[in-house]
Amino acid sequence: MSGSGAGLVVDSIVRVFSGQTAVDHVSFEVKPGELVALVGASGSGKTTTLRIVAGYEQADTGRVLYDGQDITRLGPSKRDFGMVFQHYALFPHMSVAENVAFGLEARGVSRSERMQRASAALDRVGLGGKGARMVQQLSGGEQQRVALARAAVIEPRLLLLDEPLSNLDPTLRQSTRDELRTTLKESKAPALFVTHDQDDAFAIADRIVLLSRGRVLQDGSPEDLYDRPATRDVAMFIGHATLIPARRTGDFATVSIAGAMHRVVLSSFTGIADGETGAVVLRPEAVEIARDDGGDQWSATVIARRFAGAQFVYRLRLDADIVFDVASRERIETGAAVAVRVTRPVPMVP
Amino acid sequence: MTVPVWFGGRSRAERMATLAALPLLLILVWTVIYPNVAVIMGSVGHWREFAESPSDVEALKNSIIIAVASVAASLAIGVPLAFLLTRFDFPGRTVLRAAALLPAALPPLVGVISFLFLYGDTGVITRVVQIALRLKDVPWHLNGIGAIIFIHAYTMYVYVYLFVSAGLERYEASLDEAAIGLGAGTLRRLTRVTLPLLTPAIAGSALLVFMSALGSFSAPYVFGGGVRVLSTQILNSKLNDAIGLAYVETTVLAISAVAGLLLFRWLEGKRAYVAAGKGGASRQPVRSRWARIGLATSAALIVLVLVLPHLMIVLVSFAKDGAWTTQVLPPEYTTHNYAGLFTENQLWTPIRNSIVMSLLATAGNVVFCVAGAYLIVTRKFSGRRLLEALVALPWAIPGTAIALGLLATFNKNDLSTGKVLLVGTFWILPLAYFVRDIPLVSQAVEGSLKQMDPSLEPAARGLGASWWMAVRRVVLPAARPGIVAGALLACVTAVGEFVASIVLYTHGNRPISIEILAQLRSYAFGTASAYSALLIGLVLIMALAARFAESRMQ
Repeated sequence: MSGSGAGLVVDSIVRVFSGQTAVDHVSFEVKPGELVALVGASGSGKTTTLRIVAGYEQADTGRVLYDGQDITRLGPSKRDFGMVFQHYALFPHMSVAENVAFGLEARGVSRSERMQRASAALDRVGLGGKGARMVQQLSGGEQQRVALARAAVIEPRLLLLDEPLSNLDPTLRQSTRDELRTTLKESKAPALFVTHDQDDAFAIADRIVLLSRGRVLQDGSPEDLYDRPATRDVAMFIGHATLIPARRTGDFATVSIAGAMHRVVLSSFTGIADGETGAVVLRPEAVEIARDDGGDQWSATVIARRFAGAQFVYRLRLDADIVFDVASRERIETGAAVAVRVTRPVPMVP
Repeated sequence: MTVPVWFGGRSRAERMATLAALPLLLILVWTVIYPNVAVIMGSVGHWREFAESPSDVEALKNSIIIAVASVAASLAIGVPLAFLLTRFDFPGRTVLRAAALLPAALPPLVGVISFLFLYGDTGVITRVVQIALRLKDVPWHLNGIGAIIFIHAYTMYVYVYLFVSAGLERYEASLDEAAIGLGAGTLRRLTRVTLPLLTPAIAGSALLVFMSALGSFSAPYVFGGGVRVLSTQILNSKLNDAIGLAYVETTVLAISAVAGLLLFRWLEGKRAYVAAGKGGASRQPVRSRWARIGLATSAALIVLVLVLPHLMIVLVSFAKDGAWTTQVLPPEYTTHNYAGLFTENQLWTPIRNSIVMSLLATAGNVVFCVAGAYLIVTRKFSGRRLLEALVALPWAIPGTAIALGLLATFNKNDLSTGKVLLVGTFWILPLAYFVRDIPLVSQAVEGSLKQMDPSLEPAARGLGASWWMAVRRVVLPAARPGIVAGALLACVTAVGEFVASIVLYTHGNRPISIEILAQLRSYAFGTASAYSALLIGLVLIMALAARFAESRMQ
């Protein structure tokens, strides 16, 4: 990767903690105006990567560049990035406005100007008029917005967010996602945020960098990762998928279920040559319970049923000991034999 | 209208708790409140005497100057040391960390004596410096306000170091990272974020130092020279039979202490917020070669300074009495000093006295404080806050003042005024130790009980356990770490107690500290040091026992 790109370039960084490789040759970019999510399970190295970008950790090897300038060894206070910490790290002895104004104070901005800018920043996150409160008087969601305002008011070159939604309760989380994307887009600064939740990443990010065990599994748009997963691990992590062994034949894959051969249409098959084996990625929305004789049908047994409001979710067992979920509005008893069919092209992974 | 069952039930439980608290409150009123009242009553008519005595006015001024300067000196040592040891990694860190607590193992009088051996006019360090610089006279005199502040700084910085270290361990590391990320330099981060957030720890430890320094007796008594402070004035007045004046001085000392307490609480209250996080700051390894060498050397030097008093006591405890005159180090050594303690009746009596009296006081503390803490933590009743305040009160009263209070109360048999004659008997010292250690043991037990899930006892009762079974099987096991820690601490403090003892002892119940002073006065340095080493050994054994008990309960 060259260092000439505008925005953030992370170039093959490595970080080893007492023998454990936390970050293993990770490379990606954040282009001007882009919202990028670092997604992975705990222990995937996503937070360490973010802390290396912020400057709180040092990479053992590799480089971090911004607008072509090597900032690998630059201290965190010199990078001009704004960071939102997982637990917000709001200063408990300062008022909301003083918290937001702190970065301006450090930059020598006069008191009257910084209070004015802090109050404008609070307006933008919908906390106008709450500047005089102490931070503990605010709710979790409000504290999150103060942290965002504090990071954004210094007009950073890049916003960094560590699990920005993980401390919010589920209902608040839904609405905050959209707000967060709007605020980040309005701030014009590119943003890099870490999350373990693919729904957060889908809702907010323009691009997702999926990490596992310190390595980048796939780097692409949310649609790319969902529709065209590059590996089994990506397919397993993104969406609710069941993998079924298959062999590719042209644009089709052949799967064998209890001795019977079935054909499914493929939507993508990156890196699999014709005739090679791999696995097809079956997601609930690609399968339906058949009510007529049409198409290629697979027989299955209902082993569990869960009521999900608008519909039921059935857990089905294919004869070949493969279990997957299907949604249906119909009521079927547990233990019943049903026929299912694949209704749309599915991705295949090596 | 009938009273609902649940209401009647609750008020009955409250009545039971109040009833159970009543004897505890009575004991506290009798041994803590009444003595103070008696002192104040006794002071009436002598205040003009106090105001017109230049030495008393000077003593008040000196006491406050010494207390404030001791706070400043302890902060100046304790805060940087806490930062150094919790934030940085360098060669010698673990040794320095262990040595930093050593001054806490010196009972008050023992610390003073060891400083005399080291830095006094004929002290080892004094002579070494004098010889090295080829001075005609000694380079300094260990007396006056400066000397008192010097030894206070050595013994009391430990409070600051412990409090601030604990604060830094809990300190949320991301707060500092946030400040750095927002562009703050080291100075701004320290003054605007880190130190303000450590204010509760700093203020709490400063208060402890203030109270200890204000009531300090040993240092001014042994090498204050001509310096008058309130605590020594009290003893002087008492010995001169000017008991009324002693009561005035006691009242002034107690009022100063309580005023200091209120001042610090007010300062702390102004910064009421919770700054505790999950911690997580990692220690920065010091990388620069010269910084590492510099830190390692300083660490070695500091450890030496910290350990010297203990070494000195042990060394002199083997010195032959009377042989050490003009030499830098004692010239002749013997084990006779120790043998004497256990074989000569005169020398053994104080050891037996101290052990018996401290065990009696501690046993009383455990029974009393467990009952009190149980009621305070697990029950709601009228009088709860009063009980809570009264068990903490002796902490705010300097030892000399407590002793004078007991002197004013337990000086004759007169049931109409609630007075019982204990002064001049064996029992007055165990009582004094008991009163002084109530806050210590109560706080330890309350701490343990507060960590217990409050629904455990009701749960046990709900399963059919009797009250006693629930207490025995659920409450006491939960309180055990606090009971053990509190009992050991109380025992250690009582065994080495000096301040109240010197006011109240008789020849028959003289404790170790009084005997140390007597031996010192007759220039039997070896014997005095053997007693001191015994006390240090006891403190270390109890500290290890407490740690062992704690780790076994994890």
